[in-house]
Amino acid sequence: MTTLPATPLSPAIRPRVGGMVAESVFARRSLRHSLRDGESLLMAIMLPVLLMLVFTFVFGGAIAPGGGYVDYVVPGIILTCAGFGASSTAVYVAQDMSTGIIDRIRTMPVRAGAVLTGHVVASLLRNLVATGLVIAVALVLGFRPSAGPVGWLGAVGMIALWILAITYLFAAIGLASGSPEAATAYGFILLFLPYLSSAFVPVSTMPHWLQWVSRNQPVTPIIETIRGNLMGTPIGAAAWWAIGWCLLILVASVGWGAWLFRRRAGRR
Amino acid sequence: MTANPTRRSAPTPTRGSPPRAAELPSPAIEVRDLRKSFGQQTILAGLDLTVRRGEILALLGPNGAGKTTTINILSTLLRPDAGSARVAGFDTVADAEQVKRRISLTGQSAAVDEVLTGTENLVLLGRLSGLSARTARIRSAALLERFDLGRAGAKRVATYSGGMRRRLDLAMSFVVTPEVLFLDEPTTGLDTRSRRDLWDVIRSLADAGTTVFLTTQYLEEADQLADRIAVLNDGHVVASGTATQLKTQVGGDTVELHDRHGSLLRELPTDGSVSDLRRALDLLDESGAEGVVSLRRPTLDDVFFALTTKETR
Repeated sequence: MTTLPATPLSPAIRPRVGGMVAESVFARRSLRHSLRDGESLLMAIMLPVLLMLVFTFVFGGAIAPGGGYVDYVVPGIILTCAGFGASSTAVYVAQDMSTGIIDRIRTMPVRAGAVLTGHVVASLLRNLVATGLVIAVALVLGFRPSAGPVGWLGAVGMIALWILAITYLFAAIGLASGSPEAATAYGFILLFLPYLSSAFVPVSTMPHWLQWVSRNQPVTPIIETIRGNLMGTPIGAAAWWAIGWCLLILVASVGWGAWLFRRRAGRR
Repeated sequence: MTANPTRRSAPTPTRGSPPRAAELPSPAIEVRDLRKSFGQQTILAGLDLTVRRGEILALLGPNGAGKTTTINILSTLLRPDAGSARVAGFDTVADAEQVKRRISLTGQSAAVDEVLTGTENLVLLGRLSGLSARTARIRSAALLERFDLGRAGAKRVATYSGGMRRRLDLAMSFVVTPEVLFLDEPTTGLDTRSRRDLWDVIRSLADAGTTVFLTTQYLEEADQLADRIAVLNDGHVVASGTATQLKTQVGGDTVELHDRHGSLLRELPTDGSVSDLRRALDLLDESGAEGVVSLRRPTLDDVFFALTTKETR
């Protein structure tokens, strides 16, 4: 028999949690997860560094023999890294759904969806740090953006909006897939989008049919918006397309995610 | 224990007088004609059940009898198709929010976060239960002590043994002590020692005033732990009562005659009185067998098999 110190054990009524307490509790939990997930953390640090090195020193010479490729490729590497970073959200969400944690939360007077919000906030912070890392490495390798404060604000805002949109998409993918392993597999497809855009080479160098795909997928206008903000290249209508794509993905993912969450959480 | 002031279904005895707060506290759990199907498969087919406050009730049944479905409905995770369930005086569908404020669920799969430490798990639950960060920390330290996890609080749950996980899981249900605690097969997969330790903990929780509703496949668990047992089969309660009452229901003691190798030769029912035993022994004598005589009381196994096989036949 265990000893019985004086813990008040008489039943009490649980107060309702107000404001954004649940959301902030779960955001902190997800950040702890991010920091303790050694492999993901290593990946999050290594990927920006390695991609920058590979694209600048290995591919850069062939793509732009005159040099200066680093100035072209930074937005693409930011989106690639953010994509990888956000994709782990799918795994975290799938893990939560496969344990009893969600059920426990659902028997408490708490918005259970706060678990998802926590993952999204953590992903946003994680990937903004990764973005900072990409930019830092790029600056060391000779990246010389021409942006003023407004340009930087525009670029970072665009990046944050994209991270938010795909994080929600990955969260929904995590809910849709039955297991963490499946979540990894589904998420992988999305990570190829930057390669089929103007991120690494100009669209005009691609075969005709691919140009059409490239121009009409979300990553190209987003890349053009970031690049325009940082390097002063013309943006044109790309900014509107970029924001439109992000909002569309965001709204669709939040809706799909909410529907999946109600369905998945309701059955065991 | 808090008497419940807003018991809505309290009958109004005299016309015109306002519905009065129940003088007797409403039962902890009141289930009437509960039904639930998934597609073609009927899981609950008119479940009736009442659990008094402070009682430990074991819902006993074979796999697939509807135990987890019952717990899920009572803990507001699932909506019933028909019938009603009231927990701590509130309807689980209409007043789910009020029910949630008064219950805790420790499910089959341990709902603990492996990446976090024991303390972090408890503080997280504390914050979600409306405690301040400071109170949550104080409470979690006390609970770790109470559930025999004092030294493990700073360790990640991934390093815990099965028994420690269950205890943490249970401790998490007591961040704010619930009026009703639901335990879905609390000791499945535990070794005998951990199981007995957990029984002690559960008993002391019930002594402190929490009503415990547990499901189990283990007859011994129901026998040892529960004040009352309800046997669930094919979606409804086929018998309920104390372990002794249920045993009496299937019949009295039996005098058994075994041969020297231990195999059963004959068994005779008896009421346990001296004269009846003598009669039984005489009968055994007449059969001329040589062997060993023993008196066997019915076990909960007998009850269980008698009740559950009858139904499925």
